[in-house]
Amino acid sequence: MKHPMRSTLAVAWLLCAAGAASAAPAAGKPTPAAPGDFGPPRGEVIHAILTSPPMVPPPIHRDHPAKVIVELEVREVEKEISEGVSYTFWTFGGTTPGSFIRVRQGDTVEFHLKNHPDNKMPHNIDLHGVTGPGGGAASSFTAPGHESQFTFKALNQGIYVYHCATAPVGMHIANGMYGLMLVEPPEGMKPVDHEYYVMQGDFYTVGKYRERGHQDFDMQRAIDERPTYVLFNGSEGSLVGEHALKAKVGDEVRLFVGNGGPNLVSSFHVIGAIFDRVRYEGGLHEQENVQTTLIPSGGAAIVEFHVRVPGSYVLVDHSIFRAFNKGALAILKADGAEDKTIYSGKEVDSVYLGDKAANLAAVSEARAAEASGTLTKEQQIKAGQSRFTGTCSVCHQGNGAGLAGVFPPLAGSDFLMADKQRAIGIVLNGLTGKVTVNGSEFNSVMPPMSQLNDDELANILTFVRNSWGNSGDAVSADEVRKTRAATKRPEGAAH
Amino acid sequence: MRRAALLLIALLPGLAAAGGDLNPPNPFLEVPGAKLRSALPLAGDEAVPVQPFQLQRHPVTNAEFLAFVTAHPRWRRGAVPAALAGEDYLSQWAGPLDPGAHAPAAQPVTRVSWFAAEAYCDAEHARLPDWYEWELAAAASPTVRDARADPAWRQQILDWYAHPGGKGLAAVEGDSASVYGLHDLHGLVWEWVRDFNSLLPPGADPEKFCGATALNARQKEDYAVLMRIALLSSLRAADTGRLLGFRCARDGGGAS
Repeated sequence: MKHPMRSTLAVAWLLCAAGAASAAPAAGKPTPAAPGDFGPPRGEVIHAILTSPPMVPPPIHRDHPAKVIVELEVREVEKEISEGVSYTFWTFGGTTPGSFIRVRQGDTVEFHLKNHPDNKMPHNIDLHGVTGPGGGAASSFTAPGHESQFTFKALNQGIYVYHCATAPVGMHIANGMYGLMLVEPPEGMKPVDHEYYVMQGDFYTVGKYRERGHQDFDMQRAIDERPTYVLFNGSEGSLVGEHALKAKVGDEVRLFVGNGGPNLVSSFHVIGAIFDRVRYEGGLHEQENVQTTLIPSGGAAIVEFHVRVPGSYVLVDHSIFRAFNKGALAILKADGAEDKTIYSGKEVDSVYLGDKAANLAAVSEARAAEASGTLTKEQQIKAGQSRFTGTCSVCHQGNGAGLAGVFPPLAGSDFLMADKQRAIGIVLNGLTGKVTVNGSEFNSVMPPMSQLNDDELANILTFVRNSWGNSGDAVSADEVRKTRAATKRPEGAAH
Repeated sequence: MRRAALLLIALLPGLAAAGGDLNPPNPFLEVPGAKLRSALPLAGDEAVPVQPFQLQRHPVTNAEFLAFVTAHPRWRRGAVPAALAGEDYLSQWAGPLDPGAHAPAAQPVTRVSWFAAEAYCDAEHARLPDWYEWELAAAASPTVRDARADPAWRQQILDWYAHPGGKGLAAVEGDSASVYGLHDLHGLVWEWVRDFNSLLPPGADPEKFCGATALNARQKEDYAVLMRIALLSSLRAADTGRLLGFRCARDGGGAS
């Protein structure tokens, strides 16, 4: 034949699968039934209900092992990773994280992986809940326009990550190819009021955080483990504002929390809540009264807590710069009656972030208006207020009054209103050293806010120059742009 | 006789074109032999000698493939045994001898199996390129023979990966020619190679699974090409793909 088979290379590099090594059983020695093997499937064949995040398929009320068919389709899709920033996600089921799979321990799962014909890449799947070489990866390597099938028995209960394991594995994961599979114990799980699906991932783009337009994957940043974004459910806006998780006071909430990585370990925390129970590492054991639980890359946990007072609870990776500067932030909004004996309602975190979540609509509106050339000062003020809250209000306070002797006031500030150009420069480049505001001397440091966009800064400045007794003209994005262009600063300052 | 007919059609590209879309000629261009540091993982650091060869200037187009199936009825859609071409073989064409509006003349032909690509090249007194030949040719930019360490050039390749494939294909030769005069080795379609199924022989040592991918320091430079190898390795010879085309090669150095 004319096809030289001269290659001495190995197939192995293609499929990087955890737990791939499997020793052959010693001949002649009978293998005892695995603890989670409840015999052959019985009853009707079941087509698994798959859900997109943050939803979780309904609990399984079944007293026998069944044959369950799972059909998962891989789609390569362009989606918003942050406001005005698009990214090409490679997905299991059209979303990042991928569809949630729920089966019962002992079920026989017939898995169909479909790679849509419009996709460019081959893909496969490694399910951490599968016992067998590669977790299915070697059996599911699928070209675009093709489908693979393999079958496994779900022997171990728990919450398990699945992910693509096609080379370059890190890139497939970084592009969003991961999700969770829950293997319920035979007796089922304790009923709760809400179950939600949240999964963290780190993303690496060529452009900087929130740099507009389509952003491509940056392999060098991924190798260096310097993510541009750290996100819950694949987008900065996925779980805030109208998309916030919902609950009522008195509810018990169960979160299935995964971490797809590819690189970072998550210090998962909910601001304002203490987890009653955590099934850490997704295993059998529970820890109680947990403030922050560690979720490894390629790992998951089940956390449960009671919502005792109303308000916005903020889910963060408590490696906290990721939350405030890379997007690892989500909201659970609880409605219901106040209980002042438990909580007075004045704690700073929950208030300012709650407002931030609620007011993002004003920011979008201003952006649209600016694009169409119809931006009004009033729209700028509204949009500026929501950005002020959560960024500037930390020091200058929500009412612009500052803190005596530490943070200068913006309300009725002679210093602010005296020189518009100077104000733009200070917000962009920071300010260190003595200033006198309304007759009082301040000597501290304001960091540069150059990570914010020109229009964001223009809106913030317009807001502060027209609030709390201040009255001035609008600051345009163009003015900010000019000041920014005239300033030299180190790459990535204030990030 | 058959050759004469083919030649005639090849000389009249405009006639085969749909919508007045001109199909540029597709000559075989010389690529000098070289020692190639291949991106194939586990290939080791030793450079692979590649003999001089010739490669077609652009991927085979719908017009060119139409000429082929016109002259070779057994490779028409519907006539090919399923073992040689899957059911989606040329399924984007309007008819067995009609590419139709969705497959303009100067676009690369896709949804062609490896067997069909081999047969096409055979009729051209050519063959599919070997992987190392393809890789050597594809390492070249418009200015240098090996541009693989150039981040800007690499990023240009990756930009193609960074967009979903649902949109229509562009016509061939929309890019700048490489130093060899070749077009479209990146950014348009995947391409069959002769030894696509032996890039990764089965029976590998599973212990090397992770080490070979993750610890390979060269991967940073090579992963754009690695993804091509991954794609090719996922295929069987009767498979086709919406973004999978081919071009032909001949032995070079004047021995044609």
